[in-house]
Order: sequence, then structure tokens, then C-alpha cells
Amino acid sequence: MEYEAVIGLEVHVELKTASKAFCSCSTAFGAPPNTQVCPVCLGLPGVLPVINRQMVEFGIKTALALNCSIAPICKFDRKNYYYPDLPKNYQISQYDLPLARDGYLEIEVDGVKKRVGIIRVHMEEDAGKLIHGEEPGADYSLVDYNRAGVPLLEIVSAPDLRSPDEARAYMEKLKAILEYLEVSDCKMQEGSLRCDANVSVRPKGSTVFGTKTEVKNLNSFRALHRALSYEIERQISLLERGERIIQETRAWDEQRQVTYSLRSKEEAHDYRYFPEPDLVPLAIGEEWIERVRSTLPELPDARRERLIKDYGLPEYDARVITGSKALADYFEKAVSLFPDPKQVSNWLMGDFMRLLNAKGLEPQEAPVPPENLAELLKLQQEGTISIRIAKEVLEEMFATGRGAREIVEAKGLTQITDVAQLTAIVEKVLAAHPKVVEDYRKGKEKALGFLVGQVMKETRGKANPNLVNQLLKERL
Amino acid sequence: MPLSREEVEHVALLARLYLSEEEKEAYTKQLNAILEYMEKLNALNTEGVEPTAHVLPLRNVFREDVVKPGLPREKALKGAPATREGQFEVPRVV
Repeated sequence: MEYEAVIGLEVHVELKTASKAFCSCSTAFGAPPNTQVCPVCLGLPGVLPVINRQMVEFGIKTALALNCSIAPICKFDRKNYYYPDLPKNYQISQYDLPLARDGYLEIEVDGVKKRVGIIRVHMEEDAGKLIHGEEPGADYSLVDYNRAGVPLLEIVSAPDLRSPDEARAYMEKLKAILEYLEVSDCKMQEGSLRCDANVSVRPKGSTVFGTKTEVKNLNSFRALHRALSYEIERQISLLERGERIIQETRAWDEQRQVTYSLRSKEEAHDYRYFPEPDLVPLAIGEEWIERVRSTLPELPDARRERLIKDYGLPEYDARVITGSKALADYFEKAVSLFPDPKQVSNWLMGDFMRLLNAKGLEPQEAPVPPENLAELLKLQQEGTISIRIAKEVLEEMFATGRGAREIVEAKGLTQITDVAQLTAIVEKVLAAHPKVVEDYRKGKEKALGFLVGQVMKETRGKANPNLVNQLLKERL
Repeated sequence: MPLSREEVEHVALLARLYLSEEEKEAYTKQLNAILEYMEKLNALNTEGVEPTAHVLPLRNVFREDVVKPGLPREKALKGAPATREGQFEVPRVV
């Protein structure tokens, strides 16, 4: 039987406020444990939370960018459960009256566009961080409450996704939108963007849902894709064997590349929500909504269309480049200095991204600023260096942070365009390879490439390739 | 009685309350008395009355997004039964 997967994603994103959701402690990442805490976020008796206006503003901004309707009245609720990362034994969250509902975002997979529904967007506070004793037999866990109380948005998609590819495209699009809005750092490896998935399978064409599992710990695009692929296969093989799928929470094990059942804590889902009595409701009026709407920046889809229209970029290039705000910013800056958009795009999507990924950096952290890339491309365009040398120079620029011209001059990489000098080398190569010359004259076109390669080798890649071709052909 | 003894035990477990047999008996009675009173309230006609999540006639109470120093770590940890390396030490949870 043919099956199809039904996937919905629950995304948590830490908002980039300076202070926490309900107290004035800093949200900065990486401080020594328990140095950004106060009586409110530690849940000491007798304290009162107060809502951070900026959190609500970021929430409205995100909800609008996701085409949601903002609720005229919303409120906070207490979600009650016991776990040591939660100092109050409840999390301040939103239950029946979330900030916003009914939005969508658009993805494209294999050339097919698809609208994915957003069921709700709500505000809540993050929990602390647990570290478990590592030595053998360690019977303790340690808690750092610096993260407790950091504002989060929870963004819940409709069960509209049908494959791991679609789920990844959704997540990439959502991340791009959040980055364009500048409401979050979106660093998956630091936990400021996290994702859980609800997954079920059903016979293709069926309209009822199968039994779902929730998969947690999807902390990278790759983990998301692999965990979903694994989980879908696991569920299908259970059904094919005539077994039942158990509704449960599972976690992705990155090392073993499998999902495993988290011991279902009995009654874990009985959260006994009730309205947070310490916080008064929010009434977000039209005026506030419109003011935030007027601050919405150009979003990825609009920017993609603009890059196609204004720079004549192919759709594919525009999509890759606008997938990251920083990369799109880099592109536009570089093109303003070296006005050949397709060249810039080729370099960015090729060697630039490869070198960047190798260093694990984001485009805005590149040791090569757009000015330097533009300088490199100019040197290549005016014939001072060949493409091959340009690629080498870019690597050197990444390694040392030095400018293109500086490297070319220091290393004597300037292209050889002197006819007399090249002629001598060409003749030397021809003399050394009479057999190849013969082959070429007999009609073996490929032999020419070998001879060009030999000249390049002699000149350590510095010969002007057009000139070499021309000189070789004249003598053959 | 709207609330059974089993439900009282369930709620007590969720709240991490360990009740003696006598207490279970007593709380079942008391909680039921409260819920019966709720039933009385439920009899009122509340059509056209907005649900209330809060008793104060206030909306939109905010603070600005400004960082202020919190507690020094020694103070934050002072009430903890056990600490280690600047953190709260708790019985292992996984």
C-alpha cells in the first residue's frame, strides 16, 4: 500500500528582547550560571510579574508577517507541571486566548508552491537549563535559571506538511522570516530556535488522521529531516506488520540516528491551565497593530521577486540568496560595488558558501566583507588574475582576512598576458609532448585541453587562458 | 458527589501532595462542598456576560524592555538545599 505522512510542526523561538518576559533580568546568552536571575524568575514568594512591552510588540510583528489575525483580547495562563527547570512549578503561557491565530506561510518544494497554515502564535516564558552529572553513578542534576523567563513565541503549524522535504522547507522559510523581522537570533545550535514535530501516516488518499507521535529534540534542519524520515518509515513498517502505533512522545537520537520512546510520564499532559491572576489581560487595539504593520520590513518572498526583477537573477539564485537576510544584504552590497549580479551570485552560492560553511560562520560573520569580494571580482574581470587564481585568492582571504589586491601583489599572482613570455612556454610544452600534438592534429580535440593544462602548470595557473588557447591553436 | 476519591488522589499526585487516608476523606468532602457551590453559580443566567479572566478592570500593564541587575548569585543560591558549581543541585531527573 502507498502511504502518506501528515506532519505538523511546533516551533519555539526565543525573542531578542534585552530583558526577560516578566522581569528585568538580562537575556544575554552564555553568562555564568545563575547570574541573570531575580526573585521573579526564581519564583520566590510574594513577587509580581510585569509584561515586557517589547515581547508583545515582537509577537505582533511576527504574527502579522505570518498573515495571522491578532486577537483583540488575549491573556496569560499558568501551565502547571513539576520539573526542576521550572522554578515556579508553572510556566506562564497562553492557553485558550492566544495572541494570534489563522495565518499561513508559503513554501516551495520541487517547483511546487504550497501554503502551510499557521494555527496559532502565542507568548510564553522559557524554562531553565538542566545539566546532568556526567561522572559514573552521578545521582544529581544541576539547574541554571538564566534562561528561565526569557520570552518565547510558540508557532504551531497546521498538519499540512506531507514530507520531510516540506517540513524542512517550512522551517527554513520560518527561520528566514524571523531573521528578516529581527525578532530573534534564530540560532538552532544555541537553542534560540527549536522544533518539535507531530507525525502520523495514513494510506494515500485517506482523509482521516492516523495515530500520531510527537518527536522532540530536532535541533537542526538535518536532524528535522532525518528524524522525520526515520519516524515515517518506522510507522509505516509497524502498520505493514499489522501492528499498532502508540501515541507517545519520542526523541531523536542524533548519534544513533533513530527516534526512541521517552518513558511516558504518567499524567504528564494534565497541565491544569488556569488564568494567570498576577497579569491583567492584553487588549491590542487597531492602532497598535497598524503601527507595527508599518514597521514590517521587506520579507523573503518580496525580496526574492525584487532580486529577480531588479538584478535579472534566475529564480533559483534569488531563492538561495534571499533564504538568509544576511546573505541577501551581502549580495546587494557586493553588487553595488561590482555591478554584475550573476557573477556575484555564482561566487556567493559556490566558493563563498563553501568556505563559510567550512568555518561554520553566518554570512555577516564572513572574514571577507562584500567590499573585498567585489575587489577580487574586479581583479578577475580586468584580467589581472585568472578564475583559478581568484578561487585560490578567495581561500586565502577567508584564511587571513586580507584584501584581494594585497594577496595578489604579495604572492605575485598577477596573470601573465605578455605574448612573448607565454609563447616561449607554449613552445616548450609543444616540444615536450609531440605525441599529444600528433593526436590533436589527427582530430582528437580533447588533446588541446591537456596542452592548456600543461601551460597552466608551468605558469602555476597564472597564464591568461584565452591567450594560451590562441597561441596553441596558431602553432597546431 | 461530583468529585470521586480517585480524582482527589489524582489531583494530589499532580500537586505532589502526599495525603493520609483521613486527609483524602476530608479533602474529598471539602472539595465537593466547593464544587456543589459552583453548581449553584452555574444555575445563574450569564447570557450576554463577558467571561472574566481577571477581577481588576485593568488592561495592558507593561514595563519597558530595560535590563536591571537581579540578585547576586550567592544570594540567589542561598535558600537552596544543595548547590554545586554555582548551580542548584537537584536529584537526577533523567
